[in-house]
Amino acid sequence: MNSTPLGKRSVSSTPLLSRIRESRLFWPLAALAVILIFDAIFIPSFFRIGVQDGHLYGNLIDVLNNGAPLMLVAIGMTMVIATGGVDLSVGAVIAISAAMGAVLINPALGDRLVTNDILTKDATNTPLGVIVLVTLLAGTLCGLWNGLLVSRARIQPMVATLILMVAGRGIAQLITNGQIITIYYTPYFWFGNGFILGLPVSIYIVATVFAIAWWVTRKTPIGLFVESVGINPKATYYTGISEQNIKLLAYTFCGFCSAIAGLILSSYVHSADGNNNGLNYELDAILAVVMGGTLMSGGRFSLLGSVIGALVIWTFTLSMYTLGVPDKALLAGRAVLVLLVILLYSDQSRRLLNRLLDRKGAHHGAAD
Amino acid sequence: MAQRTKLFLWRHGPLLTTLSIFILAYFIGAQMYPAMQKPQAFFNLFINNGPLLIISIGMTFVILTGGIDLSVGGVLALTTTASAVLLQNGVSPALVMPLMLIMGTALGCILGCIIHFFKVQPFIATLMGLFFARGIAYIISLTSVTITDSFYKYLALSQVPIPFVPNAYVYLPSLIGPALLLVAIYVSFFTRFGRTVYAIGNNEQSARLMGLPVGRTKIIVYSLSGFCSALAGIVFSISLLAGYGQFATGIELDAIASVVMGGTLLTGGAGNVIGTLFGVLIEGTIISILQYNGTLSSWWTRIGVGVLTLVFIGIQSIFYMQKRHS
Repeated sequence: MNSTPLGKRSVSSTPLLSRIRESRLFWPLAALAVILIFDAIFIPSFFRIGVQDGHLYGNLIDVLNNGAPLMLVAIGMTMVIATGGVDLSVGAVIAISAAMGAVLINPALGDRLVTNDILTKDATNTPLGVIVLVTLLAGTLCGLWNGLLVSRARIQPMVATLILMVAGRGIAQLITNGQIITIYYTPYFWFGNGFILGLPVSIYIVATVFAIAWWVTRKTPIGLFVESVGINPKATYYTGISEQNIKLLAYTFCGFCSAIAGLILSSYVHSADGNNNGLNYELDAILAVVMGGTLMSGGRFSLLGSVIGALVIWTFTLSMYTLGVPDKALLAGRAVLVLLVILLYSDQSRRLLNRLLDRKGAHHGAAD
Repeated sequence: MAQRTKLFLWRHGPLLTTLSIFILAYFIGAQMYPAMQKPQAFFNLFINNGPLLIISIGMTFVILTGGIDLSVGGVLALTTTASAVLLQNGVSPALVMPLMLIMGTALGCILGCIIHFFKVQPFIATLMGLFFARGIAYIISLTSVTITDSFYKYLALSQVPIPFVPNAYVYLPSLIGPALLLVAIYVSFFTRFGRTVYAIGNNEQSARLMGLPVGRTKIIVYSLSGFCSALAGIVFSISLLAGYGQFATGIELDAIASVVMGGTLLTGGAGNVIGTLFGVLIEGTIISILQYNGTLSSWWTRIGVGVLTLVFIGIQSIFYMQKRHS
């Protein structure tokens, strides 16, 4: 895709080294390589892939399957960040859509208890199609709400989505009546645990969403509009592009992506918990996006970069799990990593790096 | 005279709105639940919302410069966990408390430096600060740690009677918030630092051209917020006598909501700390009403705070838009 961003110098005259260095995909791929090399040395079993019941299993497949929700959220978040905003509510939206799906399936609404009868019957209150539709609709509406607040009410993205980030978990608990709802409906588990041609279903869902997002942003003008809104909203407005609608679209799409993530997550863990579904996903999604080379200030973005960023996070997380590091202890490390990546991409450090490397390059040029 | 009244109303419009909403909310609450008419119910607002008031004061300064600090909840949780573990290992409270305050200030200072020197947006730097601090709290202890220190216990149970009001009291740590408020009022209105904060919030570029120390002031403001969060963490751990990484989740929105309700503009440059006090009191009142009701579940407070923030942002934008037009 956009492996060589056109800079001031033309592509053909740039040396290969700096072309690789300036590529957006270089850093995330390098990070992935480092982690995989680390695994190869310290946890060789990490790469073992087996076949069971006609489908593949192993840590690498788990990375794909567990990372699928994050990849989806990262795709949505990329669009939002490209418009110069941010969506802090993704975790809460995941919780809301998961809660929605669980409540529709589980007849045990309100204070009613789940009976053995329901457990054995694989029962559902609503047909699967309706469940999926309503779940996606709930998340998309949340995204639309964010988009309206940002584009029409002109509240700063951070504050607008912070409101849903906190209130959304309340809404999710309201839907599930404060309970952790367990799901006993087998067809629903297909999204998070099923396999097609040996690979997890979730990865096909990610591929579909990615293909749609890629097509829309690279084959239609919308991608250009998004970037121009991110670089200069006012100038975009004066060129006659509805800056408001572009933002609205980005936030709605992000809500939609989070909703699918919520569907997969609740299907994967067989339950919906308003407090813990999609916890800290906003952190991981932002981390994935900034690792993928999209700047927090908006403008140029790379969907593939964000997906690779999400893969890096999950490869790292699963490697740490394999080593026995508890999940919550990783939180601080990830936070530091985000800051480091942002600092690495900041103008100050980039200028420093370029100065160091260009000096070497100048010598080579003189030798030619 | 009429002109002057009008001017007064314009200048203090947001503050007066906040004040009247607080009185209205409290009045409605007292009508619904007669128990709220007791003076102690009012002082309970200070007891229950002590940490929030302290955090909101720090947050007011940050928002006045046009920034934001999302790390407050994390620093609070880290303070409670770290102090609980230190106290459990027999470190004296006289050492723990200053240590925590230094830690909070240092964290805030680091965030301020990242924001100022590397031009990272405030929300992203402080969001990472939030996750970092909570993460460190989890590394220190994955479970809740109880505090059995006798000095902390003494502070937790030390009642201070309110003069002239019979049978009303607050606890000693609840006085920290109001005391800090007085200091904050002095700092924001009567010192050079305070005026610089307002100048940066109004227009950072102009402030720099005027020769004001923009960078230094911003870093101090974030350090101050870190200090306040640590102080709030100490008060929090005294009132609960425990430390845990999951304490005070979502308090950043509570604090932002209080600041916004207090009439401070989210884009910075307008508002004051007195309003923040009433913002905190409004939040406290609404939470009290929900608690007195008894049948409403805890998640309604989260939703309520979200809706309230939104409403006040709406009121603010109407107010300031009209002001700009006139």
